[in-house]
Amino acid sequence: MPDSLRLALAIAGKDIRAELRSRTALQSALVFAALVLVVFNFARDPTALSAADLAPSVLWVTFALAAMVALNRAFTVERENAALDGLLLAPVPREALFIGKLLANLAFVGTVELVTLPLFVLFFNVSLGHALPGLLGVTALATVGFVAVGTLFSAMAVRTRFAELMLPVLLLPFMVPPLIAAVQVTSRLLADRPLSEMWGWLRLLALYDIVFVTLCMMTFSAVVDE
Amino acid sequence: MTAEAAPAAGVVRRGLILSALALIGLAGVFVLALGLTPVEARQGLAQKIFYLHVPAAWSALLAFSLVGIASALYLWLKDARLDRFAAASAEVGVVFSAVMLTTGPIWAKPIWGTWWTWDARLTLTLFVFFLFIGYLALRAAVHDPAERARFSAVVGILGMLLVPFVHLSVYLFRTLHPQPIVLKPSAPSLPPEMLTTLLVSTLVFTVLYLGFVTTRYGLALADEAREQARDSS
Repeated sequence: MPDSLRLALAIAGKDIRAELRSRTALQSALVFAALVLVVFNFARDPTALSAADLAPSVLWVTFALAAMVALNRAFTVERENAALDGLLLAPVPREALFIGKLLANLAFVGTVELVTLPLFVLFFNVSLGHALPGLLGVTALATVGFVAVGTLFSAMAVRTRFAELMLPVLLLPFMVPPLIAAVQVTSRLLADRPLSEMWGWLRLLALYDIVFVTLCMMTFSAVVDE
Repeated sequence: MTAEAAPAAGVVRRGLILSALALIGLAGVFVLALGLTPVEARQGLAQKIFYLHVPAAWSALLAFSLVGIASALYLWLKDARLDRFAAASAEVGVVFSAVMLTTGPIWAKPIWGTWWTWDARLTLTLFVFFLFIGYLALRAAVHDPAERARFSAVVGILGMLLVPFVHLSVYLFRTLHPQPIVLKPSAPSLPPEMLTTLLVSTLVFTVLYLGFVTTRYGLALADEAREQARDSS
C-alpha cells in the first residue's frame, strides 16, 4: 500500500508541477470564480434580499462551477500528445493512478476555493469569526466527494463528443446531495448554530465521500482500460 | 456476437404483446380507480391520481435499480445482453419518471396549492431523472460499442448508489411530500379497497415496464443486426 501511495503522490506531483509551470488553467479558474461571485451580487435585488441570506448558496454554486472548470481540464491535458496512453503503459495500479489524479484535482479545486473564500467575505460582507475552521472542514468534506466523481467522469468525458458539455450534464446530479448538505451546514455555521443541528448533514457528507471515493477508485480501470 | 434479424423480430413481437396486455390492464385500472374505489374524504377526486403516480414512480425506481444491477453485472461478466438491457431499462425508466414528474404537479396544485415545490424528494427525483437523461446522452456520444457499454455501466452503478442518498436526504430535509403509507415499518395505513387498487395498478405498471423493455431490447437487437449487415457489405 505505501508503494501505491508513493505512486499516487508522484502522479499528483507531476500534475501540480505542470500546473505551476504554466499557471494558465489556475489563473483562469480563479478569475472565473471571482467573476461568478461578482455576477451573483447583481443577480439579487439588494432591497429585497440581504447578502447574508444568499451567501451560503452563492458560495457553493461558485465552488461547484469553479470545480467544473477545473475538472474539465484534468484529462484534457492528458489527451495532448497521447499522454494518457503513456501514463496507462506505466506499471501503476489503476487505483493509484486514480488517487493521484484525484489528489491533483483536489489541490487545484482547493486552491480555487481558498482564494474564493476571502473574496466571498469581502463582497458579501460576511463575518466569518470563529466559523472559519468549521467552514474549511465542511468545504473539504463536500469537495472530496464531488471531485472524486468528477475525476472519474472527466476521464470518461474526454473520450466523448461534446466533452465540455458531457461533464456538467453527468456530474451535476451527483453534486446535488453534497451541495445541499454543504449549503445547510454553511448557513448554520454562519448563523452560529450548535453542532448538533449540523450533525446529520455532516454524516451524510462523510458517507457520500466514503461511498463514492471507493466506488470511483474501483470503477476507474473500467473507464481507462480498453 | 451474431445478432440476427429474425430473433429481434420475435423479441419485439413478444414485447408488443406484453405492452398491449398491460395497456388493457391500464384501462381496467382506470375503471377500478374511478368507479370501484371509494373517494378519499379530504382530498376528493384529486387523490385518484395516486393510483397512477405511485405505480409510475415504482416502475421508474424498478427501471433505474435494474439499470444499476445490470451495469454492475456487465462490468463483471462483460455480456452484451446486459448492456442492451440496461440501455432499454434506462430509456423506459426515463418515460416512467416523466409520468411521475407530470402526474405529481397535477395532484400537487389542488392539494398543496403549488405545482412544484423544492422539497427534498421532488428535487432529488428530478435529479435522478436528469442523471438518466445524462446516461442516455453519454450513450449517444460514445461511438465504440465496447467503450459505450463500459462507460454507461460505470454511470449506471454510480447512479444506483445515488438513489440511497436521495432517500437519506428525505429524512434530513424538512419535507412536504406525503410520507410512505404502504412500504413502511408499521402496517399499511391505507383502507383495503384503496390498497387493492394500488396493488393492481402497480402490477399493471410492472407488466407495462416489462413490455416496453422487451420491445426496446428487440429494437436494439434489430439495430445491431442492421449495423452488422451494413459493415459486412
